[in-house]
Amino acid sequence: METLEQLRDRLRVRFPGAEISIVTNPGPAAQHSLLVGAPQARDIAFFLRDDPALKLDFCSNVTGVDWPEKEIIETTRTNVPDAAGGPGKIIEQKTRKLLPGCLEVVYHLYSMALKHGPVIVRLRTANRTDGVTLPSFTPVWRAAEFQEREVFDLYGVGFEGHPDLRRILMWDEFKDHPMRKDYVEPDDYEWEPTPHGAVLEKAKKHYPPAAPAVVTGDK
Amino acid sequence: MSDQFPEPSFGVEHDSSGGSSLVTGHSSLELPGGSHVTAVHDPFHGDLLEVSMGPHHPSTHGVFRMMVTLDGETIVKLKPVFGYLHRNHEKLGENTTYLSSMPYTDRLDYLNSMTNNWAYALAVEKLAGQPVPERAEYLRVILAELTRLLNHTCLAGFLLQDTGASGTPLMYAFREREKILDLFESLSGSRMMCNYQRFGGCRVDATPEWLAAATQLTDGYNEFLDEYEALITGNEILMARTQDVGVLKPDLAVSAGITGPMLRASGVNYDLRKVDGYGIYPRFEFRIPLGDHGDTYDRYMIRVLEMRESIKILRQALRAIPAGPILDPKAKIRGFRPKPGEAYGRIEGPKGEIGFYLISDGSPNPYRYRVRPPSFINLTILEDMCLGQTIADAVIILGSVDIVLGEVDR
Repeated sequence: METLEQLRDRLRVRFPGAEISIVTNPGPAAQHSLLVGAPQARDIAFFLRDDPALKLDFCSNVTGVDWPEKEIIETTRTNVPDAAGGPGKIIEQKTRKLLPGCLEVVYHLYSMALKHGPVIVRLRTANRTDGVTLPSFTPVWRAAEFQEREVFDLYGVGFEGHPDLRRILMWDEFKDHPMRKDYVEPDDYEWEPTPHGAVLEKAKKHYPPAAPAVVTGDK
Repeated sequence: MSDQFPEPSFGVEHDSSGGSSLVTGHSSLELPGGSHVTAVHDPFHGDLLEVSMGPHHPSTHGVFRMMVTLDGETIVKLKPVFGYLHRNHEKLGENTTYLSSMPYTDRLDYLNSMTNNWAYALAVEKLAGQPVPERAEYLRVILAELTRLLNHTCLAGFLLQDTGASGTPLMYAFREREKILDLFESLSGSRMMCNYQRFGGCRVDATPEWLAAATQLTDGYNEFLDEYEALITGNEILMARTQDVGVLKPDLAVSAGITGPMLRASGVNYDLRKVDGYGIYPRFEFRIPLGDHGDTYDRYMIRVLEMRESIKILRQALRAIPAGPILDPKAKIRGFRPKPGEAYGRIEGPKGEIGFYLISDGSPNPYRYRVRPPSFINLTILEDMCLGQTIADAVIILGSVDIVLGEVDR
């Protein structure tokens, strides 16, 4: 199979204007992946499936990854030369920078016909709040049907073009997306009446103390 | 008197030449004489009936529910509903260390804890670049093939139970399964929740007595299969119930990501033991059985044939197992922190491709811990296989998919 760089170059020629880049994996596994821009992602997926040299007909694994907003502190050091000719002063300047967060969907593609792989394709959403829609790959590989429903359920990624996008593991009335890194479980979650210290505190917070009974009558 | 008590009048006057109104499609029929009858609703094209099969139903192999829409007895729509056993395994895996997840992978597919352990260990070894000593590789192959025997034996029993052969075939299967579980217990300390693999090897070494017992079991297994097949494989009722039932076409199977015996029953030659050649599988001689029709009978037969191939692998492995360490001496058990990176490791489990996808950020916990559950993804085409079949067939088709809800729901 061709290298990932060759594949990227071939895709760039075939899909001019599409964002295609390689995400390197620094670990020993060295499974690098292709980061594909959302607008042309489905066309690229069809190409990967049907290209005779690739024939990636088997979509093995679909999963989501949550990358929350991350605050990093950048330190810049500037050397200010001393006017008197002595050693220069080093001024440190710290700037806070907010890296934007996103949700990522990762597809592991193999070829059953040619028995090679994996080609890893990543898609990223614009942000984690309102721009969380990505094109669905279910029309390309049926294998993505349940797995994309799972990513929708647990991460909250909306898949455009999915035939039946519903929650799959959590119940339909459930509101949040539990696999996100900032998910907070409800405070009455699996509360048991056993008065353990921490559980009891949680329960007291959740259920406000009952109002004192109003005494009526002469007594 | 007749003025006070008028004769009761019977509204319909049947005309002998008018014919019966029962099976005509008309909603109302005017009879001679001006009276009307309303036709009885056609009993042969009645309303669709929606049945909720499960979640508590013995044929669903756990808490699994199928919303089935029936036309008479024929399935016209089927939506699987699951999540009743969901405990967010992946989140738990992200909140504990790498090693702490190892016993928890036992609970995914609780019949095949040894292969779950191996898949997870393989993914972590890929992530950390951890080598595995020779003897541990042999032990892993032996245990994985024993697990395959166990799983397929159970499936053959359950499938027959689903067809209505109550008791006897299942008991035959469980008798053999118990022998394998005894081996697991004497090696790892637990029948089903083995927690046996470690990153870079295995937890405890097999004694010569254990290997002798495993060899004895392997030698006797073909005999059991012969006995079982003499009872079941040529059985006319089984053939009538399973042949041409739930046919899965190879192109749909590939597109839907079906793996394992289900895929090979449809005739697609894809076995990770050959394709990836993980562990030391390239050293063994074995063949990949393939089906012709992709029906339920093929899915049963593939499992029986795979068991015979597993016995071949077991014989070779038990003969050739070398002495040596079972755990890489440089392997870190405590304070294990892989370098940042990611890895996807997969093996051929008894139910299909079980894979683990891990992202490390350099901390003791995985940043992302994902299980690729084979029986969850194999359920994708359950509706396609069941459409047009009867509701009794749906039970057998589900049985031949071979699901374990601990893995489907995670």
